[in-house]
Amino acid sequence: MTGKDEAELSRLMRAAIAGDERAYADFLRRTAAVVRGFIRRKIVQGGVDPEDVVQETLLAIHVKRHTWRQDLPVLPWVYAIARFKLIDAFRRRGRRVEIEIDEIAETFAEPEAETVSERDINRALDGLPPGQRSVVSSVSVEGRSIGETAVKFGISETAVRVSLHRGLAAIAKRFGAKQFGARGFGVRGFRR
Amino acid sequence: MRTDDLIKALDADARSTAMPLGSAWWIGAVAATLIAAVMFWLAVGPRTDIATAMYTTRFVAKFVFTIALAISAFALIRALSTPGAATGRAAAWMVAAPLLVAVAVGLELFSVPAADWGRRLVGSNMLICLSFIPLIGIGPLAVFLAVLRYGAPTRPVLAGAVAGLLAGGLAATFYAAHCFDDSPLFVATWYTIAIAILAALGALGGRLFVRW
Repeated sequence: MTGKDEAELSRLMRAAIAGDERAYADFLRRTAAVVRGFIRRKIVQGGVDPEDVVQETLLAIHVKRHTWRQDLPVLPWVYAIARFKLIDAFRRRGRRVEIEIDEIAETFAEPEAETVSERDINRALDGLPPGQRSVVSSVSVEGRSIGETAVKFGISETAVRVSLHRGLAAIAKRFGAKQFGARGFGVRGFRR
Repeated sequence: MRTDDLIKALDADARSTAMPLGSAWWIGAVAATLIAAVMFWLAVGPRTDIATAMYTTRFVAKFVFTIALAISAFALIRALSTPGAATGRAAAWMVAAPLLVAVAVGLELFSVPAADWGRRLVGSNMLICLSFIPLIGIGPLAVFLAVLRYGAPTRPVLAGAVAGLLAGGLAATFYAAHCFDDSPLFVATWYTIAIAILAALGALGGRLFVRW
């Protein structure tokens, strides 16, 4: 990663926090590519699907974006979250990993590969209450806008936004809840 | 769900906003201080001779130790709850309070005859100290753990322990206004144990509750 990436990502994130949705989509896509490069480099043993960790990291970045201080660079923040989620993913599968701290300079952005494998996030999505699940699916997999989703389900746009927000927060929380062993509440749905 | 689909959903949720973590820490600090103050007044209250005690060095020194601990722990926990933030400098400042206590202990040993050391160390109410500092600090600790949960600590157990030190520093600051034992020998022993109890509780809380 270069200083140019840092400057560009920081700028996009600041614009996003100021309410620019297009900047936020841009930020997320670029960040996904950067995180994917980082995660793929780190996973040398099998058992963990890199794309699952990329998705967990993006969700964590989203629900924790209020923890980024605008006067600090954004990439160290992104990498710290990605590293945390990667260690978490290994720990959940009963493995210990040591991840070197400062490898930021050697990471390359990578595009998402086509894959047919079942994603952790789908199982988390299945665990949501039906209302939240259908709204999240409509906006993500089915690619509808907030307005189109409101029309489809015959509810207000505000109600769509609330369901979407709660659904995403619940998915992010379920990823986190698996952190210390797989027997806890809300975990069973993930590992079958 | 492909990652691109997930990004669509996250982007659609872009308008939802949350209070910056820095503000949450200040609100948490104010709330914790109020809780500690209420617990202090309900449980013990200030000592009766506080007006004259305020002019003695040993009494005032207790507040220097506890406030130094609270301030340095507050700076460290803010860094620990922010992913990627530098923690080295804040961690280094954590030695300030123990160092001040160590210097005070040295001065006390120098200025007080050895025959008196034991009496000053044991003091008059160490059990009250050991129970009331954790009692005053437990509410603030819960507040700090809640703010940690709102943040994103990549080392939850360590962050929880620092939350305990912060709650301990705050609780001890109030308790010091009640306690009649002003000798640094007493403070270095019993205050430390009482604060360590809160730090251990904080580490446990970090392990169990601070997940994200």
